[in-house]
Amino acid sequence: MNSMPGTPMPTVLVTGTSSDAHTWNLVYLQLLLEEWGHEVTNLGPCAPDDLVMGSAVELRPDLIVVSSVNGHGHQDGLRLVQVLRARPELAGTTIVIGGKLGTDGLRNVGQVRRLLAAGYDRVFDDGDVHAFRDMLARPPVRAVS
Amino acid sequence: MTQAPFGEFVAGARARGTLVVQPRMGFSDPGRMRQGLARTRAADAVTVGTLTLDSYTRVRDLDAARRALAEGVTLNGYPICTHPPETTRGVLDGIHDASFPVQVRHGSPRPEHIVAALLGLGLDATEGGPVSYCLPYSRTPLAEAVVCWRTACEMLAEHTGDGRVPHLESFGGCMLGQLCPPAVLVAVSVLEGLFFARHGLRSVSLSYAQQTSPQQDLEAVAALQRLAGELLGTVDWHVVLYAYMGVYPLSRGGGLNLLEAAARLAVTSGASRLIVKTAAEAHRIPTVADNVEALEAAARAAATATAPPPGPPAADSEVYAEARTLVHAVLDLHDDVGTALLTAFRRGLLDIPYCLHPDNAGRARSFIDHDGRLRWGDTGALPLGGAAVSAARKVTSADLLAALSRVRRAYDSGGTA
Ligand code: B12
Repeated sequence: MNSMPGTPMPTVLVTGTSSDAHTWNLVYLQLLLEEWGHEVTNLGPCAPDDLVMGSAVELRPDLIVVSSVNGHGHQDGLRLVQVLRARPELAGTTIVIGGKLGTDGLRNVGQVRRLLAAGYDRVFDDGDVHAFRDMLARPPVRAVS
Repeated sequence: MTQAPFGEFVAGARARGTLVVQPRMGFSDPGRMRQGLARTRAADAVTVGTLTLDSYTRVRDLDAARRALAEGVTLNGYPICTHPPETTRGVLDGIHDASFPVQVRHGSPRPEHIVAALLGLGLDATEGGPVSYCLPYSRTPLAEAVVCWRTACEMLAEHTGDGRVPHLESFGGCMLGQLCPPAVLVAVSVLEGLFFARHGLRSVSLSYAQQTSPQQDLEAVAALQRLAGELLGTVDWHVVLYAYMGVYPLSRGGGLNLLEAAARLAVTSGASRLIVKTAAEAHRIPTVADNVEALEAAARAAATATAPPPGPPAADSEVYAEARTLVHAVLDLHDDVGTALLTAFRRGLLDIPYCLHPDNAGRARSFIDHDGRLRWGDTGALPLGGAAVSAARKVTSADLLAALSRVRRAYDSGGTA
């Protein structure tokens, strides 16, 4: 999915959640998104909600990718998206979350529904990179509003 | 409470020729935590107990921990600063005693609140380090972590005496869990051990995590022992091995085989203690039963392996030579080990591949060679001229995932590293 000549590259903000220290997921997602033709800013691990919000307001990315694998993703992801969606500038930005969101390795339909209701456009609960790619391949990037 | 000095317990087991095995176990529910400790103690193995703390406590977001407990949310570890001390005393009561030391494992660059809590509970064994709990675990400035860890060491050291010997383990053998060449792991472990000793600790352990080549791992543990012997003087120390800390096999058989390889490596390399991983590692937080299975499997595998003869390891290996160069390059920078570490990272004399932390130079690159050894693709400013063996090329997402998953793939298809 390379960008067309002349069209600016879509910009992406990749971030971990406030309590999550894992970084291989973030490094991997950055490489992947760059290979797919996106310009990536990677905020790194343990990013407080306000830092993510501030960076998003400043950069106004086309897409915000939240990654969490430490098992606190349901809580941290929910709080974060509420902070992001509270900003009018980010009301229409595509925001997705993925990774290993719970501690028990099970799919938690209720939690996923809550994340969607709170403002995520997509939740990749089991870190499904193919489904993510399919989503990005469908222009425009803003899949759901 | 009768104290069981952690270092003394491990030394005793070693003298009897037994490997101590230990879980990485933590649950937010006190009842489950108590059950986990009791089952660890009762396991068919020589064990020490663990309280692994949750991520909110690690990043000092105690509001989030409190809220989670109030809402009945399951955390990824035990929130030692949030449960009332009486609750935690109830978790430990009758289990933690002279024959069963308990260590607190956390991952906090600013650990004073955790150290205060564990000391208040009569515990005095924990883990970490100014580098190893900062760069892989946070965005906290390294300079701040050094200050906080100085304080933490002094808080622990103050409790020496009256039969108490606080113990601190360096997590330096696990920088990011994977793809860090062993010389750096050994160097960081030794330097953190020295940092602890300079700040008053009389009993420390140095870690090393199983990597991608059994031969290189043997050299690394030998190098760690030799450098510790050369530099730690009269401080009580032992080596703790971590079962593989990177992307774990998905299959149950593969996961257990990898653990058993780690247990045999622990014995053949002369380590005194092993921290296990469970067959659930790739999937979820392990249950009590997962942990007991891992402890017993590791102890059984260890019993089949032969320890090296006593005495200092001969090993004049590549790992020893590189680690020694790194350690002395850092120690030559300043008398204070913490200040020396800060300068070393600023100049890139220590540099952790793929680490996103702003205080890491990020110029060094590693790769897994054909023979399975971790080697340098680019040594950046590391004082290891000539050690880089491949022209660095741009790593793609597929290259990275392949390197990260190499051990998983090998063990999932029935093989070994
Ligand atoms: C390496 C590792 C570490 C290293 C991390 C170093 C670093 N800076 O990154 C260290 C040792 C420091 C570490 C620490 C901890 N870890 Co850890 N860690 C792992 C391990 C072994 C491998 C993770 C990894 O590197 N994967 C490679 C990357 C590339 O893949 P990935 O992260 O799995 O992500 C994939 C997908 O999920 C997906 N994905 C991820 N995010 C997103 C987002 C989107 C939008 C999409 C589409 C896809 C996607 O893409 C990736 C490729 O497929 C896993 C277990 C395993 N998998 O074997 C545990 C694991 C993730 N850790 C875990 C935990 C709990 C912790 C700790 C909290 C300690 C503890 N209590 O046990 C601390 C973290 C402290 C904190 N503040 O958060 C748990 C999480 C439990 C859960 N979710 O159920 C795991 C599963 C281990 C376990 N079974 O207990 N860890």
